Amino acid sequence: MELDGNAIGGLLRDVFGTEMTDVQATCATCGATGPVAETVVYLRGPGTVVRCKNCTSLLMVITQVHGLNCVDLEGLAALDVNQSQ
Amino acid sequence: MTSPVSRGFHRLNRPAAGDGSKIPPGQHVTRDFPVLSAGPTPHTPLPDWTFSIRRGGKTLRSWTWPEFRALPAETVTVDIHCVTRWSKLGTVWRGVPIRTVLDQVEYDARYVLAFSDGGYTTNLPIKDLAGGQAWLAFDYDGQPLVPEHGGPARLLVPHLYFWKSAKWVRGLDLLDHDQPGFWESYGYHNYGDPWREQRYAGD
Amino acid sequence: MAGTAVRGRLTWQVATVAAVAAETDSVRTIRLEVPGWPGHRAGQHLDVRLTAEDGYSAERSYSVAAADGEPVAITVERLDDGEVSPYLTEELRAGDQLEVRGPIGNWFTWATGDGGPLLLIAGGSGIVPLRAILRHRLLSGSDVPVRLLYSSRTLADVIYRGELDQPADGAQVSYTLTRSQPPGWTGLSGRVDEAMLAKVAWPADEHPLAFVCGPTRFVETVAELLVGRDYPANRVKTERFGGA
Repeated sequence: MELDGNAIGGLLRDVFGTEMTDVQATCATCGATGPVAETVVYLRGPGTVVRCKNCTSLLMVITQVHGLNCVDLEGLAALDVNQSQ
Repeated sequence: MTSPVSRGFHRLNRPAAGDGSKIPPGQHVTRDFPVLSAGPTPHTPLPDWTFSIRRGGKTLRSWTWPEFRALPAETVTVDIHCVTRWSKLGTVWRGVPIRTVLDQVEYDARYVLAFSDGGYTTNLPIKDLAGGQAWLAFDYDGQPLVPEHGGPARLLVPHLYFWKSAKWVRGLDLLDHDQPGFWESYGYHNYGDPWREQRYAGD
Repeated sequence: MAGTAVRGRLTWQVATVAAVAAETDSVRTIRLEVPGWPGHRAGQHLDVRLTAEDGYSAERSYSVAAADGEPVAITVERLDDGEVSPYLTEELRAGDQLEVRGPIGNWFTWATGDGGPLLLIAGGSGIVPLRAILRHRLLSGSDVPVRLLYSSRTLADVIYRGELDQPADGAQVSYTLTRSQPPGWTGLSGRVDEAMLAKVAWPADEHPLAFVCGPTRFVETVAELLVGRDYPANRVKTERFGGA
C-alpha cells in the first residue's frame, strides 16, 4: 500500500525515539529536500520502504527482525532534526 | 504488560472448522490477494520489454516479449506463502518454466540474482529454478497478469516465501557465490523455505 | 499543556471506548477514554492496536477527530474487505478496550498561531483531521479565514454534515459530490479540478496555507493543482489515507 511518511509516524518514534514527520530529509540520489511526512511510503510488505517523492529512490528501509527494528538510511544524504518546527 | 484482548476481534480469514489444508507454520489462509510492493508499479511497454540471462555483466541470451511468449508454457495450480503470514491456496498461473530459458544457455553458475524493473532483486540457488518448480508467469487466474501483481511477467517460485517470486522480473544474473537481494539485505532469510519457517537471517 | 507535541518514544496504553456514534451508514465516531492523554495538535493521529484471543494483533492509524480539550475521538470508515474497520464500526461498543499510542505527527498539524488563510481540501474520510482543525479553530475563538472543499461520492456520504452545514464561525464550506447529487442540488459536482479550485481556492497572493487529505491519487492530483496555482510547495501540506 502506498502512503506517506505521516502513516509511519508511530514507527519512526519507535526507531528514532523522537517525532520525525516534520524532519527535513535530503535524498542522496537527487538532492531533493522535504519533510519525512511527504516521503512516499510502502507498507504492509516484509518491511517499510520510504522513497523520495521527487525521484522515487530509496531513502530508508525499516524491517522488524525477531522483534528488533533494523533501519537502513543509506539513501539519505541528511536528516535535519534541527530544522523541524 | 500483556496487551488486553479486544473483545470480539479476530483475524480476517479464520480457517473454517475442519479445514484440513496443510499450510506452513505461522501462516493463515486468505481469500484475497494482497498487493504488496517496495516501490511504484513499473509500466514497461511491451515493445521495450526483454528478459535476459547475464553472467559477469555480459548478456548470454535475451528474449523480446514475442520471443518469450513463443516459448512453451504450462498452466499450474500452486499454493503461495507470503512472509507476512498470509497463504493463498490453489492459485492458477500460466508461465514458462524457468528451466526452459536456462536450458538455452550454457552455464556453470550455482546461484542466481533475479532482477526487476524498479530495482528489486532476490537471490536463489540455481537448482531451485532449474528443477521444474519455478516459472516466468504471465497469466494469473486465466487473465494476463496485471501490473499490480507483477505483470507483464514475474517469477513464480511457490516452494519459497513469495518475496522470492520477483514481480516485474527482467532477468537473471548468474553468480558463482550467493549474493543477497533486496529483502535478504535487510534481514530476511537467504533461502526462505516456508516449511522450515525461514523468515529471517539466522532462522 | 494543551496542544504541545510530546516528542519522545511512545508507549502503548489501554483506552476504553466511551461511545460509538454513527456519522453515516458506514462511518462511526468512537469516543475514547485515554488516561493521561497529554493533549494534541489538530491534525495529529493515534495508532490503535487490537489483540485477538489467539494473540493475533493488528495496528492501524486514525486521525484524532476532536480538538484539543474535547474528549479524544477517532472517526472510522468501514471498508468492506477490511480487517480492522469492520470490527471498529460494527462490533466495538462502550466499555470495550483497545490499545492506543499517540499523539503522533508534527507536519500535518495546525494551531491558531500558524495563521492562514486556510484552505482545507478533503477527499472522503480525509475530512477527519481537517474537521479537527476546524474544531480547534472554533474552540480557540480564532478568526483565521478558512475555506473547506469536501469531496464525497454522495450527500449521504458526507461525514459531520450536521456541523459542516452550519459553520457558525465564518468558515466557508463547499461540498462537491462526485457520484450523484440529490434533486435540486446547487452545490458543486464532480472531481476537484482546476476550474473548481479557481472558484474556491484562496488566490496565491493571499499567502494561504493548504491542507489536503484523502486517498493517495486524490491528494497527488489536488496538491499538483494547487502548486500549479502558485501555492508554494511548503504551504501545501498533504496526508494520504489508506485502507482496511
